Amino acid sequence: MREINVNKIVPIVKELCIDASIYIGDDVVEKLKEFQEKEESQIAKEIISIIFENHKLAVEKKMPLCQDTGVAVFFIELGQDVHLVGGDFYDAINEGVRQGYKEGYLRKSMVDDPIIDRKNTKDNTPAIIYLDIVPGDKLKITLAAKGGGSENMSEVKMMKAADGIEGVIDFVVDRVQRSGGNPCPPIIVGVGLGGNFEQSALLAKKSLLRPLNEKNPDPKWAKVEEEILEKVNNLGIGPQGLGGRTTALAVQILAKPCHIASMPVAVNIQCHVHRHKSAVI
Amino acid sequence: MAKEIHLYTPLKDENLEKLNIGDKVLITGTVYTARDAAHKRLVDLIEAGKKLPFDVKGQIIYFVGPAPARPGMPIGSAGPTTSYRMDPYSPILLDAGLKGMIGKGPRSKEVIDSMIKNKGVYFAAIGGAAVVMAQAVNAAKIIAYEDLGTEAIRELKVENLPCIVANDIYGKDLYEEGVRKNRK
Ligand code: SF4
Repeated sequence: MREINVNKIVPIVKELCIDASIYIGDDVVEKLKEFQEKEESQIAKEIISIIFENHKLAVEKKMPLCQDTGVAVFFIELGQDVHLVGGDFYDAINEGVRQGYKEGYLRKSMVDDPIIDRKNTKDNTPAIIYLDIVPGDKLKITLAAKGGGSENMSEVKMMKAADGIEGVIDFVVDRVQRSGGNPCPPIIVGVGLGGNFEQSALLAKKSLLRPLNEKNPDPKWAKVEEEILEKVNNLGIGPQGLGGRTTALAVQILAKPCHIASMPVAVNIQCHVHRHKSAVI
Repeated sequence: MAKEIHLYTPLKDENLEKLNIGDKVLITGTVYTARDAAHKRLVDLIEAGKKLPFDVKGQIIYFVGPAPARPGMPIGSAGPTTSYRMDPYSPILLDAGLKGMIGKGPRSKEVIDSMIKNKGVYFAAIGGAAVVMAQAVNAAKIIAYEDLGTEAIRELKVENLPCIVANDIYGKDLYEEGVRKNRK
């Protein structure tokens, strides 16, 4: 049994919040370059150049790439041989968020009540935290801070087995089409297949954690990803929805077993400000 | 894409008449920030026949909720928010004399019709390019609704704020046209 004091988590979470909002991952930069070269629309090429310039300036000035620094979503992998001591684990994560969003000059975008009061909580808490117990004695914290623009274009659909893979592909492509320029394309399309209603949505979000330059380990899904990507980029939406070939940089699928009567499909859209960062304790 | 056109606020019809979708513009002067919550309050005031916290005639509203400014800076990162959430309110503000809007994503038919009627223009800014946009801001001051935090109305002094004309006064729509040209 390894003891980890939760107070150790606070500064780590704080740094994750600040770093993820300033630096785009190399995998995203690589994809953007690749698509910019292939791009046929002049306006689209220029928009991608502005995205690069923005990245340069963000790093230089230590300012967040986008003003919407998102909901702080955490995926925690807790080794089963870890004993957390020194306080409440969830409080420690929230304290890290509070400090990170304050000291990083990040925007506080959480309201306390979703419908009636909608009062800003002023420190970007509470975070949304998912916990998985895994073998070993390590604690892995992954932050995926998500902006509202792209999250709002996401959807879950309870499909029928009779809809088949064609039905699924049509639904995903249609979801991207209906999103148009709203989620700040270039986007990454996360697709969750199977499980049940809520697990499909979580799978779609988790699929976004895979680096963009890694192929789906299952060749069957890798093929479907390619097919959807081709179709999505044929829509012509392009960067910012102003026309072009670069609508999505990648489509990423995660699939799980499901009930004989069900075929849940979830699409989680992620913008080019793809804030993902992990730390292992 | 055409070369960059310089625009100065308050906007004049004769300058807006020259703009076409796809034009790159650099805006200099004053722009006012407002998101959903501030829009609702502005429209409530208009409907109650009351005075607005700033005169919208000839002005530009930028749909943005900026990040906090670092010490010594006028503003934090300040890219556009998605415009469709402002669609129910924009025609009322255009009727009141508003001339320009800056945001991201397409507008509704009602807003486009109102832009034709009132000679208004919608400018697209690059979503996510929030540091580039902040660079063009020289000063920022909250002028109303401080209680809304990031959603308060700010008066921004901008110099060469980079945007693209997405809807001109002639009813053309770059979102529709750009996508149609690139569809396969
Ligand atoms: S969708 Fe992404 S890039 Fe666009 S405003 Fe939201 S967080 Fe920023």
